[in-house]
Amino acid sequence: METALTIRGLDVRYGPVQATRGVDLTAAVGGVTALLGANGAGKTSTVMAIAGALRISGGSVSIFGQDMTGAAPDAIVRAGVAISPEGRRVFSALSVEDNLTLAGSVVADTATALDRKNAMMQRFPILGERRKQLAGLLSGGEQQMLAVARALMSGPRLLLMDEPSLGLAPQMVDAIFAIIEELRDEGISILLVEQNATLALDVADHAVILANGAVAAAGAPDDLKNDKLLQAAYLAA
Amino acid sequence: MDLIIQQSINAISLGGVYAMLALGLAIVFSIVGLINFAHGDIMTFGGYGIFLSLAFGMSPVAALAIGIGAAVVMALTLERTAFRAMRGADVVTLLITSFAVSEILKVLFQNTISARPVPISFPAAWSGTYEIGGATIGVVPTVSIIVAFVSLLGLTLILRRTATGMAMRAAAEDLEMLKLLGVRANRVVAMAFALSGLLAGIAAVIWTAQRGSVDPMMGFFPVLKAFIATVLGGLGSLGGAVLGGFVIGVLEVLTQAFLPDGLSPYRDAIVLALVIAALLWRPDGLLPAQNANRS
Ligand SMILES: Nc1ncnc2c1ncn2[C@@H]1O[C@H](COP(=O)(O)OP(=O)(O)OP(=O)(O)O)[C@@H](O)[C@H]1O
Ligand SMILES: [Mg+2]
Repeated sequence: METALTIRGLDVRYGPVQATRGVDLTAAVGGVTALLGANGAGKTSTVMAIAGALRISGGSVSIFGQDMTGAAPDAIVRAGVAISPEGRRVFSALSVEDNLTLAGSVVADTATALDRKNAMMQRFPILGERRKQLAGLLSGGEQQMLAVARALMSGPRLLLMDEPSLGLAPQMVDAIFAIIEELRDEGISILLVEQNATLALDVADHAVILANGAVAAAGAPDDLKNDKLLQAAYLAA
Repeated sequence: MDLIIQQSINAISLGGVYAMLALGLAIVFSIVGLINFAHGDIMTFGGYGIFLSLAFGMSPVAALAIGIGAAVVMALTLERTAFRAMRGADVVTLLITSFAVSEILKVLFQNTISARPVPISFPAAWSGTYEIGGATIGVVPTVSIIVAFVSLLGLTLILRRTATGMAMRAAAEDLEMLKLLGVRANRVVAMAFALSGLLAGIAAVIWTAQRGSVDPMMGFFPVLKAFIATVLGGLGSLGGAVLGGFVIGVLEVLTQAFLPDGLSPYRDAIVLALVIAALLWRPDGLLPAQNANRS
């Protein structure tokens, strides 16, 4: 069976600091895989290594069956991966529309890029309304929408989402999770990093829990939810 | 009155050169954190491009185009050979690298061409004058102003409207995020160098047209002023660089024109004192960069 993502023995280091140790992880095609764990567990390091932003010091990453270990970010985008990163990182000095245009500039066919941009502004009406506004002036929730829309501009088959709900009002959190389900229903595979374990386990069909850079548990969300020990140790909010 | 018109023309035309050089420095700095000390040598190289083209019998217009092209090629060459390898190094390391590059280029200019100024002669018609309100105004300063404004306007349009320009502004804010979108960072950085070289080449055209010669130090002094302009405007801020360039140009011409003779040796000191006063008042510059998060 082909997976959207298979990671084997992933090691990521920042100089002397080892952020992940031998992480194994798979994400099924068309599913939502939750990647959970406490602060500093190594979730962002894992995601950034997949996206090609961090050097991989050990292990392998394969995307839709293709070995992408150590590939550059642009090759990884071409392999069908996009990211909505931790902290959203929209380009605050660019307008909402320009953020999308820029992300669409990697699409070979300009007509496709233009269609996608218009589709994004329909799908996220608030972005359409604010298209001329500087992205830095959007609210946190709106910036998160923009970060997701921007990621979708390359037409990804695998979307990496790093803490999309962080710091958002409850209503916005619901909106984001609704989008996650929509995207999954459209066939996009999702790797979802979350602090909000309860919500993440509700939407996920597979979950991996990291602790101190290593996999502490992996399995079906329901099993993890019912494991009180695990909850107390790694997921306590 | 006529003196005021003349001096205004001089001030704006000098300010325009500083603004173009400062903008070139700021574009590169904002993206890769490099304070490119070799920028002056890129301008000088453009000047030699003009000189050599004329020496080989090209038409003046062709020579100017070749001079501008030479500056662009030099900027791209330095990026590829010296600065790309140092990408991500800290600001001081990058600065020292650019010092070294600058020294090497100056020695090359001295040894392959001449340590002394070589003359550039343009058609006599170019050095004509015309009259406005009793003031005699040179054609070259006037054309310089137009060229500088058109260049600055063109660059603003490129930065605001084209995908490449958007990528450069985005790169200045968050280069890693730009890469994560799949944009090839090397291309964006090369484009930034090419544009800074283009501006330096245009500055070289104006400078040589006004001074009629090229020497290995030609670019050094104007680029020094352009550095001060970028700091005055706000390091890494593009609008600030342009504003700072014009402010420095105007101050220089004003102090030259209106200071009593006894004070004229202190001209640069007075200009710098004013800049320092402005920075005490606004430490981040006149128009600070939006993201001061570069470490
Ligand atoms: N740039 C860095 N330099 C050095 N160490 C880092 C860096 N980024 C992260 N680390 C360390 O690597 C480890 C894993 O961090 P990472 O950001 O991957 O965790 P995380 O699970 O995403 O945490 P959070 O929930 O806070 O986002 C931590 O110990 C962290 O201190
Ligand atoms: Mg994180």
